[in-house]
Amino acid sequence: MTLAQRGRWVTLVSLILLAGVYVRALAFTPEERMQGLAQKIFYVHMPAAVWAEMAMVLVGMASIFYLFLKDPRLDRFAAASAEVGTVFAGVVLTTGPIWGKPIWGTWWTWDARLTLTLFLLFLYIGYQLMRGAVTEPGLRARYSAVLGICGLVLVPFIHLSTVLFRTLHPQPIVLKPSAPSLPPVMLETLLLSFAVFTLLYVGFVMQAYALASAREAGGNAGA
Amino acid sequence: MGDVLRHAWVIAHKDLLLEFRSRTALVSAAVFTALVLTVFNFGRDPTAVPIVDLAPSILWVTFTFAAMLALNRAFQLELENQALDGLLVSPISRTSIYWAKLFANCVFVGLVECIGLPLFVLFFDVPVGHVLAPLVGVIALATIGFVAVGTLFSAMVIRTRFAELMLPVLLLPFMIPPLMGAVQVTARLFAGRPLSEVTGWLRLLAAFDIVFLTLATMLFPTTVNE
Repeated sequence: MTLAQRGRWVTLVSLILLAGVYVRALAFTPEERMQGLAQKIFYVHMPAAVWAEMAMVLVGMASIFYLFLKDPRLDRFAAASAEVGTVFAGVVLTTGPIWGKPIWGTWWTWDARLTLTLFLLFLYIGYQLMRGAVTEPGLRARYSAVLGICGLVLVPFIHLSTVLFRTLHPQPIVLKPSAPSLPPVMLETLLLSFAVFTLLYVGFVMQAYALASAREAGGNAGA
Repeated sequence: MGDVLRHAWVIAHKDLLLEFRSRTALVSAAVFTALVLTVFNFGRDPTAVPIVDLAPSILWVTFTFAAMLALNRAFQLELENQALDGLLVSPISRTSIYWAKLFANCVFVGLVECIGLPLFVLFFDVPVGHVLAPLVGVIALATIGFVAVGTLFSAMVIRTRFAELMLPVLLLPFMIPPLMGAVQVTARLFAGRPLSEVTGWLRLLAAFDIVFLTLATMLFPTTVNE
């Protein structure tokens, strides 16, 4: 089985599992008292947000290693991860406002984490535009690596500056110094969803990676 | 180290000399700054929005656009007659080249800001006399930060298609932290508040400068090596 096929299978399985998570979230997880049904979107929103940011971290790490090892596989992985990160950032920025309208009363606010995700999306798009604008593969890989590393370093700065600016986002409820304040049932659903999103990320990256290799092979054959 | 700095100075001197002899870029950037300030004046309702509320944003958006123009030309200059290749084969370290470009860009952007600030004061009647020293300080702090990243990126984009468009798309997200800091500090200064209210922002600006100066110095060789 080729990588692309395996990637498709992993994606298919994770999409089915995602449907399962939603059955659990809607039918077997209690409704949040204050937010009602709107809170259910959290089970997509949060895992997608974590993976949108993780994808950037992985792009940055792959970029650092690329500059040392010059292995084209690392560059291809960074490109694939950036592509998937773009999709996840898009999911976060779509589900966020849908939840924000009934709960905050507004589609958009310049809240710290919103702004951070928006800039992640801009970084991803810039990264991919840059890849599209350089034709020579070696040069493209080096430029992308430089941009990927700068992006990785930029994320904490944007986070800091937007927190200094102001924030009205729900504060972290799982990863925080004290114990998670989410009720156990909800936490289980969330963790399940997070596991599914991890699988989804892997499936997407496998496919994007296979596509990038095919494109390179095609490019070489055409040249 | 002495050599690195001496070589950097030679290249920066050459760049600045070219700039002052032709003056095209400098004059266009200065006129551009004046025009953006004019656009801002007519882009608001003077009866509804007091200018002092808008002043910090006007100042910094103008500087952002002007810096973008300036950064676009930093390496464009070297494309003519393959001057960049000549620079790369000469026995000069890559660090010297980066610092030279950084220094020349800082001087160039600084000059445009020196023209923009008095015009801003003139057009919008914002008194800056009593906060001039800290204002110049924060302008320098923010400028160094985004010029450090901008110089690195401008070395990359010259070899891409649509270079003029690519630089703003890549650089603007990186200008957000210094820009936010600069606007916040400027607003406090114009409001006559003490600097102690914005130590967080000043620290952020300083950290941004240190981190990205170091990072860009380390990464620059990869962008020009063959």
